Amino acid sequence: MILFELKNLVKHFGGLAAVQNVSFQVEKGEIFGLIGPNGSGKTTIFNCISNYFPVTSGSIHFNGQDITGLKTNKICKAGIGRTFQVVKPLGRLSVLDNVIAAAFSKAKNKKEAHDIAMETLEFCGLMHRKDIIAKSLPIGERKRLEITRSMATRPELLLLDETAAGLTPTEVDVAIDLIKKIRDSGVTIIIVEHIMKVIMTISDRIHAINFGQTIAHGTPKEVSNHKAVIEAYLGEEYAHS
Amino acid sequence: MKKFIPLIILIVLCLFPVVIQNAYYQHLMILVFIWVAIGSGWNVIAGFTGQVSFGDAAFFGTGAYTAGLLAHHFHISAWWGMAFGGFAAMAVAFPFGWICFRLRGPYFALASLALNEVCRHIATIAEPLTQGMVGILIMPTFLSKIPYYYIALALAVLSVVFVQFVMKSKWGYYFLSIREDQDAAESMGIDTHKYKMVSLNIAAFLTGMAGALFMNYMGFIDPEVVFSLHDISIMAILVGIIGGVGTIYGPAVGALVMVAVHEFFRTGFFGLFKGLAAMTGSDAMISVAKTISHAHVLGFGILVVLVILYLPNGIVGDWDKLVGKIIPFKKKEAAS
Repeated sequence: MILFELKNLVKHFGGLAAVQNVSFQVEKGEIFGLIGPNGSGKTTIFNCISNYFPVTSGSIHFNGQDITGLKTNKICKAGIGRTFQVVKPLGRLSVLDNVIAAAFSKAKNKKEAHDIAMETLEFCGLMHRKDIIAKSLPIGERKRLEITRSMATRPELLLLDETAAGLTPTEVDVAIDLIKKIRDSGVTIIIVEHIMKVIMTISDRIHAINFGQTIAHGTPKEVSNHKAVIEAYLGEEYAHS
Repeated sequence: MKKFIPLIILIVLCLFPVVIQNAYYQHLMILVFIWVAIGSGWNVIAGFTGQVSFGDAAFFGTGAYTAGLLAHHFHISAWWGMAFGGFAAMAVAFPFGWICFRLRGPYFALASLALNEVCRHIATIAEPLTQGMVGILIMPTFLSKIPYYYIALALAVLSVVFVQFVMKSKWGYYFLSIREDQDAAESMGIDTHKYKMVSLNIAAFLTGMAGALFMNYMGFIDPEVVFSLHDISIMAILVGIIGGVGTIYGPAVGALVMVAVHEFFRTGFFGLFKGLAAMTGSDAMISVAKTISHAHVLGFGILVVLVILYLPNGIVGDWDKLVGKIIPFKKKEAAS
């Protein structure tokens, strides 16, 4: 079953075409990787999906409905959670309050929000940090807080924007385990990632873009052997050898 | 013990006019209570929601004029203004917020500053309605200050309790989320525009009520008084900053300090300079005594600098730090 579909997405910033005609479909329950070199438009695609920028043309479909142009908070309520590449913790609130604030999007009252928040903290392994002020967390746990907060909105689809960037190798392994655990709980995931170890081990399918255009898509193995992908990442001469 | 402190303070405040029958001190306390309500309102929009407003006088003046005009044009009790003043201020806040919450940070602050001036000019120019600079005079209801004292106390207590209630609810979490990061708040499913509107309207309602009470109590208003930028809007910010931005009891403490400082300067350090002038008879001292009462703005400035330097979270926000500085041995005791 197709949960999410991007149809001919185009995004221009003035004269710059950041995303040109990108289309893909995401199956329910899979981890869908989105890769590309720096500046290729990955985060722009995320920002278009959650409507931080209006799309220039094209449409976005979720659960069979056209969600193009819905306000950011409505998109979250519809069931698409997201994390930010540059983490945005609610600095002066405790970790628990961060998660409670997010949990209110599905909870009816404070008790329910508190319960959802505690459950999500437990699930994401941040329980031992719940009373700490968010801005005093180290980067690894801030990234984890981003995931926890978006999970507390009970999404069907989670957009992860470079959640493993800047982490130590041990933390990366923990992050991989968490992402798999989230998928196993029934949440579909679209992940943008630079660390190949992460994207290649967890993705079911990968979509590669460069200069805002699709250059390859398929299983991790197919994509990593694709000529255009090697060219984009390593340069033309490596593609021929 | 700690949770009884607000209750003890409340009992003391209830007994205050019975014990201290000096009308002057009762008058000062009434001003403090009015400022508690205004400060609490400002704290909701600026302290908790992070949208700094320089235009509180717009809501204060609207509330005051609502009470005054009802009495002036329709000859009904100005006390109806207490009921309608808050809603009239919301009627100003609603279209303003609807348009101006597209702006963020300092741009919103500038827009609110403009709202303040727009309202003041409207009140000055619309003479058939407001009598312009002539102002509005109504007969005070009570001769004694005591009824006003209890009404003002009730308004102050209601403001603080209401803000506390709001901040413990879903709205409170949403306000804080918006303050900390608006983009993150949106991605968490919070309609930031809507909840900034809710926050602004709460602020406007409390400030408008305070304005209506001010009309009833003072008996006279004109645009320069109730729409004053530095006597109302800036004072509201000072009450918030000195008491503690984003704390429940901050505005209450801030109001007490600010009214005291204001009065301290207005009376020339409680008549100190006047006394010195009379004693020494020097011309310099006489002119100092004359000008010092106008120097309260300078005093506010110095106070703000000191608070920002040493107590950046205000008196309530940095209470532990303050106590530690004044009574160092108490801190050591707690540590050992």
